[in-house]
Amino acid sequence: MFGEYSIGDLGSIFVMQGFAGLILFSVYVLMALGLAIIFGQMGVINMAHGEFMILGAYVTWMTSNLFQSYLPSLFSGYFFLAMMLAFLASGALGMLVEWVLIRHLYKRPLDTLLATWGLSLMLQQAYRSVFGAREVGVELPQWMLGSLKVTDSIEVPINGVFVMALTVLITCAVAYVMYKSRWGRQVRAVVQNRIMAGAVGINTAKVDRYTYALGCGIAGVAGSAFTMIGSTGPTSGQLYIVDTFLVVVFGGAASLLGTIASAFSISQTQSTLEFFMSGSMAKVLTLLAVVGILMLRPQGLFALKVRK
Amino acid sequence: MSDEPNKGLQSPLRRKLLMGAAALPFVSILPRPSFGAGPATATVNTTGLAVTDTEVTVGILHSATGTMAISETGSIQAEKLAIEQINAAGGVLGRKIKFIQEDGASDWPTFAEKAKKLLVNDKVAAIMGCWTSASRKAVLPVVEQYNGMLYYPTFYEGLEQSKNVIYTGQEATQQILAGLNWIAKEKGAKSFFFIGSDYIWPRTSNKIARKHVENVLKGKVVGEEYYALGSTQFNSVINKIKLTKPDVIFTDVVGGSNVAFYKQLKAAGVDLSKQALLTISVTEDEIDGIGGENIAGAYACMKYFQSLDNANNKAFVAAFKKMWGEKTVIGDVTQAAYLGPWLWKLTVEKAGSFDVDKIAAASPGIEFKGAPEAYVRIHENHHLWSKTRVGKAKLDGQFELIFETSDLVEPDPFPKGYQ
Repeated sequence: MFGEYSIGDLGSIFVMQGFAGLILFSVYVLMALGLAIIFGQMGVINMAHGEFMILGAYVTWMTSNLFQSYLPSLFSGYFFLAMMLAFLASGALGMLVEWVLIRHLYKRPLDTLLATWGLSLMLQQAYRSVFGAREVGVELPQWMLGSLKVTDSIEVPINGVFVMALTVLITCAVAYVMYKSRWGRQVRAVVQNRIMAGAVGINTAKVDRYTYALGCGIAGVAGSAFTMIGSTGPTSGQLYIVDTFLVVVFGGAASLLGTIASAFSISQTQSTLEFFMSGSMAKVLTLLAVVGILMLRPQGLFALKVRK
Repeated sequence: MSDEPNKGLQSPLRRKLLMGAAALPFVSILPRPSFGAGPATATVNTTGLAVTDTEVTVGILHSATGTMAISETGSIQAEKLAIEQINAAGGVLGRKIKFIQEDGASDWPTFAEKAKKLLVNDKVAAIMGCWTSASRKAVLPVVEQYNGMLYYPTFYEGLEQSKNVIYTGQEATQQILAGLNWIAKEKGAKSFFFIGSDYIWPRTSNKIARKHVENVLKGKVVGEEYYALGSTQFNSVINKIKLTKPDVIFTDVVGGSNVAFYKQLKAAGVDLSKQALLTISVTEDEIDGIGGENIAGAYACMKYFQSLDNANNKAFVAAFKKMWGEKTVIGDVTQAAYLGPWLWKLTVEKAGSFDVDKIAAASPGIEFKGAPEAYVRIHENHHLWSKTRVGKAKLDGQFELIFETSDLVEPDPFPKGYQ
């Protein structure tokens, strides 16, 4: 299939394809991180994850409109503020949802699936009523559009680089919080043995609430970042939910490193296959491979040894 | 037929009342002209439809909730506007049109069930409805079994014809062929790259387009790719496009994927003012979500653009914005949905009856001179004769008309040599 192209052409395409794979990897990590915390650490099957992401996207859209109307001179930097607001908004909603709904269901993890599915439908309809059924277009500052020319034939999309940088930043922050901070130790203690953690004086209810809020907040940031590459509409969250669960489950539910490894292997497989065959077939083969590996290794790629 | 389609909307209070009432599933419009002067009900309604001396009931069946609400909202708005205008102009055979709105909820079995409810329980005289091919295919056996009349607004893949359906949108050959001819001539295009969402409409459309490119234009298709509905990552295919350097990218990607595709195309440095792109799936509605800056310069092949410069369209756009707000945009399908109630009214008046059999028989040859897309006529095969137009997307989200066929294009749902 490559006979008719020059070596130079092929070389630059392979470099760009490598970048495409890395971008896909960052997107997967970013959307899965929040869920890895909620599903991985707390065992809550959060079907409304996509809707928390879209809340972040809508917050970004509103911030963009606000800046355009009132502070046009600062428009080029609005995105950073928008991401913070997205984190706060989704986190706050997450905290509310935990208090109203999730905390009653910790002993019935399968019921969280149904409850959060219902929640996702309610949120979708709420977005539709508030923002309208049509998709909204989020306007980006000029510097975030277009691509960087590395050589004459190699171009790297700026928004892809942005997502990659953001992913590295957030992953490091989450890793630090979970594994180095005092609060992270409490979270892991509650995950490993809730009763014992309570007995040594950890306020487990509070830890739960903040953990859930953190996961939702990260989903909000992801949604905010994805306004650069995807659509923002009431049901756009549904586009991400399947891939997100795929990454988290394949990685091994309770492991952050597993999530990253799984995002890497899935994205690289998919992006390589996509280049040699059509998009739909690539997806089919990727899913088949994941199913096959999960049959051999049901606990996922990485599994923590936990005393049950 | 009214030459002033917006005359029904004069007092702001009346508009408020209407908008409030529109939220109810069952709406009756306040009568202004006096109704009841038409021919006797027994003569115009021999099959027990919901027709009284003063009123006739039709159904509106679209998704107001779920994924498809995004697209179908415009159709619902257009149909309500048309019904209101017809009533303001005296109704149909002296009867006011009442409508019952049902929600298909983006779920195909629900569409079939609601269609049955409209036909069997409500005895509606016609249904304006459906949007996706899947919903139409679900409703088709129902309207055929219970002998209803469906006015279907969306451009679609063809390969269908029914006594009980009037297709007010374009079938595939009407939409595609003239556009391909134009771009081949205008840009000297020889090589094409096809990319679409993975379901029946893009696949059938691309099949027709491929035959046309290879057999008629003597060009080459250098790539044909499909992505699952809802895909959000297009970087790989964009790299393939860069490698194969086609003269034209021909796309029929739909839904949220559309937004992702154009954003990533722009981010990858593909400049649409240099790289020709022809789409058959982006209307003004979609550009709202994609963002004008991401798609400016692309060509779209449709039969209607909001920017069309004719008296009918100006009045239509003004009336539409007055009823639904300044910010609403009107895409190709919204206009086609607007044709439905008008074509039905004209057909009923020609047949002198609400009976479905008589309407089906009287439909061929019906002309609507007040159409925003200008003149349309119903063909024997129940599709519309209409023009094919090519528009160029502008930064503000509107299209600039670049080309239109000089004559109406004949609908050909079963094209020979393209299957």
